[in-house]
Amino acid sequence: MTNFMSQWVYTPVVKDHFMNPRNTLKEDEQFDADGIGNVGSLACGDQMEVLIKVEDDKIADLRWLTYGCASAIASTSMMSEMAIGLTLEQAYHLTPAAITEALGGLPEHKFHCSVLGDKALRAAIDDYLVKQGRDNPFKKHIAKTICECKNVTDVQIEDLVKTGQAKTLEQLQEITEYGTVCGKCKQAVSELFDEYKHIYNV
Amino acid sequence: MEQHTIYLDNNATTAMHEDVIEAIHQANMLYGNASSMHMAGRQAALAIEQGRQSLASLIDAEPSWVVFTSGASEANNTVFNIFKERIDLGSKRNRMVTTTIEHPSIIETVKYLKQHGYKVDECPVDHTGRVNMDAMKSLLGEDVALVSVMLGNNEIGTIQPVAEIAELAHRVGAYVHTDATQAIGKIPVSMKALGVDYLSLSSHKFYGPKGVGALVVKAKAPYTPLVHGGHQEGGKRAGTYNTASIVGMGVAASIAQRDQKQEQMKLWKLREMLRVGILERISNVVVNGNQEHCLPGTLDVSFPHAEGESILLYLDMEGIMVSTGSACASGSLEPSYVLLASGVDIELAHGSIRFSFGRYNTEQDVAYVLEKLPPIIKRLREMSTR
Repeated sequence: MTNFMSQWVYTPVVKDHFMNPRNTLKEDEQFDADGIGNVGSLACGDQMEVLIKVEDDKIADLRWLTYGCASAIASTSMMSEMAIGLTLEQAYHLTPAAITEALGGLPEHKFHCSVLGDKALRAAIDDYLVKQGRDNPFKKHIAKTICECKNVTDVQIEDLVKTGQAKTLEQLQEITEYGTVCGKCKQAVSELFDEYKHIYNV
Repeated sequence: MEQHTIYLDNNATTAMHEDVIEAIHQANMLYGNASSMHMAGRQAALAIEQGRQSLASLIDAEPSWVVFTSGASEANNTVFNIFKERIDLGSKRNRMVTTTIEHPSIIETVKYLKQHGYKVDECPVDHTGRVNMDAMKSLLGEDVALVSVMLGNNEIGTIQPVAEIAELAHRVGAYVHTDATQAIGKIPVSMKALGVDYLSLSSHKFYGPKGVGALVVKAKAPYTPLVHGGHQEGGKRAGTYNTASIVGMGVAASIAQRDQKQEQMKLWKLREMLRVGILERISNVVVNGNQEHCLPGTLDVSFPHAEGESILLYLDMEGIMVSTGSACASGSLEPSYVLLASGVDIELAHGSIRFSFGRYNTEQDVAYVLEKLPPIIKRLREMSTR
């Protein structure tokens, strides 16, 4: 930490993407998006919009807009470079960890800023599939079980928060019964709940 | 180092004055323990007493009131500890009053005290960061032991009516403390005129060394040491004297006293040049704080649709050093509590930038900032969700 703080707050790759962000939507640019994803909020200090063009189930082109800090800008920029050319399935599975790694790492307290880019991309793909009237085959594959006793996944929690069905942890527990058996997952669920609330601004 | 470097973060800390550096260099040779009776000790003690006098003179206090500390954070902690102890000993005055926009060394101390069951009220401020006097009056009563209100705010520069508050607080029999850290060297500060019983300050905010400051305590005000273990400072603060730093602070105090008038005018002029220049060149800008009661070198501005950390880092690339109230720069996810407590919209808090001027800044610096800042804001706004 001390060592690279004296150089710059972030890695050279982060700096490059922050100074020269790739694939941003220009003010006068016409970009006929097939799908648009919007996550975060101005009140939270970071908001992101991702626009995608899809051809043959691949991300043919991508533009983005971000209100956020240097890590948010750099991670969205990196995400845009990584996502173009990927199949929808591959793009759907792009993780914050992969983006962060490509950036050469982010300070620990900044990791949170890098999760919006891939979420916005996923939201854009969701939007595209809805507009096409197609099922979303990717969702179940990325689900991770958080509460093993009651088989509650992160995708389930995300959906319940996003749609406003679970406005509080208590409501979430009523619906899913998470943490009612061994209780081991409570901390993890509470953290996820806060994260999704932040991301979807609900 | 070809690059322009323009330091506009003087509320965070200042560069030491060259006379201070020289004085510290000389004082480092005073190796004696100032508590020793022999010659080496007496030489160090003499230098320390000169520092004490210079500091007392700067703030219009008696030299005997000065208790040297490691800085203002320690001084602030010491004050609250004094009254915590009195409450522990059963004092009927068992409530303390402060404000919502104090320095973290008070905000966090108050949080700690509340967690341990002590009664502390935080007086709200108006949208300019000035204490709401009606609220303050309603919080004062015969059960109040201490009222602590900062003199000038570090972030938005708002100056509080401390003398007025001190009078009201004394009327109900409470003691009064002010954290004057940001005001010293920027505006004339007279402890006697303010009428406060305790005053905290820190040397590095007025071109002195870091790691040294003082709690100035009127002779009859209650006192309990925070650091035990020695008879230094009349038993008020243990620990071997930091001779060189105290000497450095004393020299800084003398310079501050000598130059105060012209410095104050110069800082305000630069600040106003920048404020007017920004408003002329950039649309949709909000100037935070109180424009009438304001520390002369502080300008806090919010740029909607441009995030503070990004602005700070783009400015840093141009050699301009500022600070921000953005959550992203704080390490927490919360933006500036000072702005939020003043009722500033949370989005504006995320996009706030503090420019704080000091004695080494020039009009050319302002011109350079006015050249570099507008394209940065434009660029970030174009990139931003809209």
